[in-house]
Amino acid sequence: MTSTPRIGVFVCRCGINIGAYVDVPKVVEYAKTLANVVNAEENMYTCSSDGLNKIKEAIKKNDLNRVVVASCTPRTHEPLFQETCEEAGVNKYLFEMANIRDQCSWVHMREPEKATKKAKDLVRMAVAKAALLAPGDEPEIDVNPSSLVIGGGVSGMQAALSLADQGFNVTLVEKAPELGGMLRTLDTLFPSNIKASKVLEPLLQEIKANPRIRVITNSKVKTVNGFIGNFDIGVEGDGKQERFNVGTIIVAVGADLLKPDGLYLYGQDARVRTQAQFEELVKMSKMDAKRIVMIQCVGARNEDRPYCSRICCNEALKNVLNAASPGREIFILYRDLQTYGVHYSRLEQDAKRKGVKFLKYQPDKPPQVTAEEDGLRIEFYSPTFNEKVELNADLLVLSTPLVPVMDAKELSQLLKVSLNSNGFFMEAHIKLRPIDFATDGIYICGTAHSPKDIGESVTQALAAASRAAIPMARRKVRAAAIISEVDQKKCSGCGTCIEVCPYNAIRKNDKGLAEVVAAVCKGCGICGATCPEKAITMHHFTDEEIEAQGLAALKET
Amino acid sequence: MKPVLVVGGGIAGIQASLDLADRGIRVHLVEKSPSIGGVMAQLDKTFPTMDCSICILAPKMIECFRHPNITIHTQSELVSLEGTVGDFSVKVLQHPRSVDAQKCTGCGLCSERCPVKRPSVFQACLGQRKAIYLAFPQAVPLIATIDRDACLWFTQGICRTCETVCSANAVEYEQKENTIELNVSSIILATGFEQYNPKDIGEYGYGHYRNVLTALEFERLVCASGPTGGVLTRPSDGKVAHNIAFIQCVGSRTQTTGYPYCSASCCMYATKEAVLIKEHEPSSHVTIHYMDLRIFGKGFQEFVDRAQSNWGVRYVRGRPGEITEDPASKDLTIHYEDTEVGKVEKNTVELVILCTAAVPNSDNNKLGGILGVKLDEYGFFSTKDPISSPVETSRQGIYVCGSCHGPRDIPESVAEASATAAKAAEDEARLEVKG
Repeated sequence: MTSTPRIGVFVCRCGINIGAYVDVPKVVEYAKTLANVVNAEENMYTCSSDGLNKIKEAIKKNDLNRVVVASCTPRTHEPLFQETCEEAGVNKYLFEMANIRDQCSWVHMREPEKATKKAKDLVRMAVAKAALLAPGDEPEIDVNPSSLVIGGGVSGMQAALSLADQGFNVTLVEKAPELGGMLRTLDTLFPSNIKASKVLEPLLQEIKANPRIRVITNSKVKTVNGFIGNFDIGVEGDGKQERFNVGTIIVAVGADLLKPDGLYLYGQDARVRTQAQFEELVKMSKMDAKRIVMIQCVGARNEDRPYCSRICCNEALKNVLNAASPGREIFILYRDLQTYGVHYSRLEQDAKRKGVKFLKYQPDKPPQVTAEEDGLRIEFYSPTFNEKVELNADLLVLSTPLVPVMDAKELSQLLKVSLNSNGFFMEAHIKLRPIDFATDGIYICGTAHSPKDIGESVTQALAAASRAAIPMARRKVRAAAIISEVDQKKCSGCGTCIEVCPYNAIRKNDKGLAEVVAAVCKGCGICGATCPEKAITMHHFTDEEIEAQGLAALKET
Repeated sequence: MKPVLVVGGGIAGIQASLDLADRGIRVHLVEKSPSIGGVMAQLDKTFPTMDCSICILAPKMIECFRHPNITIHTQSELVSLEGTVGDFSVKVLQHPRSVDAQKCTGCGLCSERCPVKRPSVFQACLGQRKAIYLAFPQAVPLIATIDRDACLWFTQGICRTCETVCSANAVEYEQKENTIELNVSSIILATGFEQYNPKDIGEYGYGHYRNVLTALEFERLVCASGPTGGVLTRPSDGKVAHNIAFIQCVGSRTQTTGYPYCSASCCMYATKEAVLIKEHEPSSHVTIHYMDLRIFGKGFQEFVDRAQSNWGVRYVRGRPGEITEDPASKDLTIHYEDTEVGKVEKNTVELVILCTAAVPNSDNNKLGGILGVKLDEYGFFSTKDPISSPVETSRQGIYVCGSCHGPRDIPESVAEASATAAKAAEDEARLEVKG
């Protein structure tokens, strides 16, 4: 704890934003009466360079060791004021802010007296907390500038290549005997309909030629310990085991295709195939059916799998375009056609030009398929014609969704990252952090994240390579100071905090007691609130600080 | 290491800049408007999590502003390019703000006193701003700018009120445009998109019927920081609308008036806006007139399911043929065929929202010409190959992300932005090896 608190309070007018509604001089005079406050003044704009200099001067002149700024929001301005404090020799964690604009003047524009009173309340609370603040430090952690990429499909290969091209060493672990993943099973790729081998072969050659990439096939990651910058990895396979250390991890384990067992006579009648099998037939020039019916959303967008698998409509269109020929009739029974964006809209138009017939069906009245000797009969209700439609086909092709790989759960537990309710890996934030996991140093790309096409997978792989490169290029990450700490004397080792921590930042030490990994902790405070023994202190938001703030709120001006 | 140039300060440009800057590469971020933030700054909430858009975007904008490796050039545009990857010379024209960026504190007093009003582009022209103004409350940089076409001093040689009231002495009428030259290793294009103007589709009456709005206009109407404070007052009479319909694919998926492609995010943002209406007033009636529900993204189908079952949003399949207006009440009747049951129907509502196509920026041609990169048949920037080189343009060292190469949503734009950062970093690494 630093010596006796000497607090300086700076009340901002923010031009008219605060000054027109809150009586700023009165707030300043009031602040001077509060315990531990040795200096209080007002600024037109505390955030202007003039205002910041005044803070620095006041710190020196009055030997301040705590600073309170009553102004706008800490979200935008706290870092600026903290830096100013540091420049004048006051640790940034000895700074506190009172938001008398967003939370006071802006909401009480028509009641200036009450606004002034509330501004005083907010300042009193901030001062009460500031008196108890302790300095914090942000230790730097070294980052091993090498990466582990799990999964050797197109995403994993692309991520590994980009990282290697950015100058980092990469270990690429694939469970199958060779790299390539789903690319190996495909004939052509939409939307540009090029051969899958045209994408696969160059990737394989580049990886082989790149001295920074080490490939381990036939192997699985078995152990992961540590945190960003310093993960210990254990890999097993081919009767061999090895251990190595990396700074970052990219998950690119892909997805599987659902096998439609038991649906629409699949597995019972050889004339019922999946899209993948159909593609294989076309590829081998063994497709001789004259009348083909395709059903979309087989096993998708239902109760078991509520999600749309994104690629199946376009996969079907690609196959249809490759198979279309004069004298061949093709029907696609769909629910909602997912030909999104510029490229796939072209695909839809091409298929329509080639005479492919699109018929909508409704999920509550799905097609009924019966096998006849001379062909398959598909009956369904067409909302377009408002009647039952009957189609005969030589071949029925089922479009099934991508589903999470079998070992997704196992891997998620190993890495301590989350899966969503459909079993796909879950990113830190669906909108703005699509590639990061909530756990630092681990990233996600490709269909392990959710169904997507090859181009989208390549994009995410490159993105993962960018995200992973950030800590590796810096060689260091800065741990936060606002983290929790377990009092080893009070901890009973019950493990509640370990269960509730969303970042897996708490582990048991060799005494069986909880211990916070500073590099991983995000300072959310859930552990502190949950601990039944009150053994956990949440720094910068300690019980004492919050209590003092709360009690100050209840006092009268 | 040489810096990288990022063109466009929307969410894609912001993310690309941050990825590069965070790893130690300097960035020049060029934005044509007075603030970074792009369209995302105008949105109320974002699907499917219903996060407040500006609340999750603003911290990233601030991060750009405060980042020691990022230089933001607002009201600026690219005017020439020479050289090759690793050694591009770019000229950037900076238009005058008429306000000293170092002195202005963004207090807003000048705007308050300025006597001239103009439609606010940020408020989708539903609200007004002054001739000297802050782009929006969370603008970055938070510096006022003078619209010289509106300002009385520039148009009539009178007034100078802003100069008088500015206690920071920041107003500088005599500022001139300025060209700076930058040497950069690679260039990232993130210039975004424009909204299709639905006035060409006469049967929907946009521009004639006052209660027909576009979805972007609705974003401002429903937003608490919008011109009505989030109250859904309709333009014709200020009455709060409780019966509202959305029309999808306006100017998209059409071979006649508009564009043939699907705009990719409209089904979802319409669903989001529908849920917002219900959140404001659960007893409201909301109908979405759609062609195919495009729910292909992560969590999308689940979001639509919730909109239907928890909020009672009604989805009707079929592209409406026409909207008619009751001349007295200004209510609107949508004439459509419900293709789920094959019946011609009518839906009379108080407000209609048109979900319009995302279209290429009108200056893509000019920019494409300056940069020597190819555009597609619509005017979006082309990629070398959508499968194997999804973020590379036809010119080496120039990359593309976000909706300037076709409509896409925020997470896709963010991922692409990071992908372009990786490509630019690869270029830097190659340069270092070469020395």
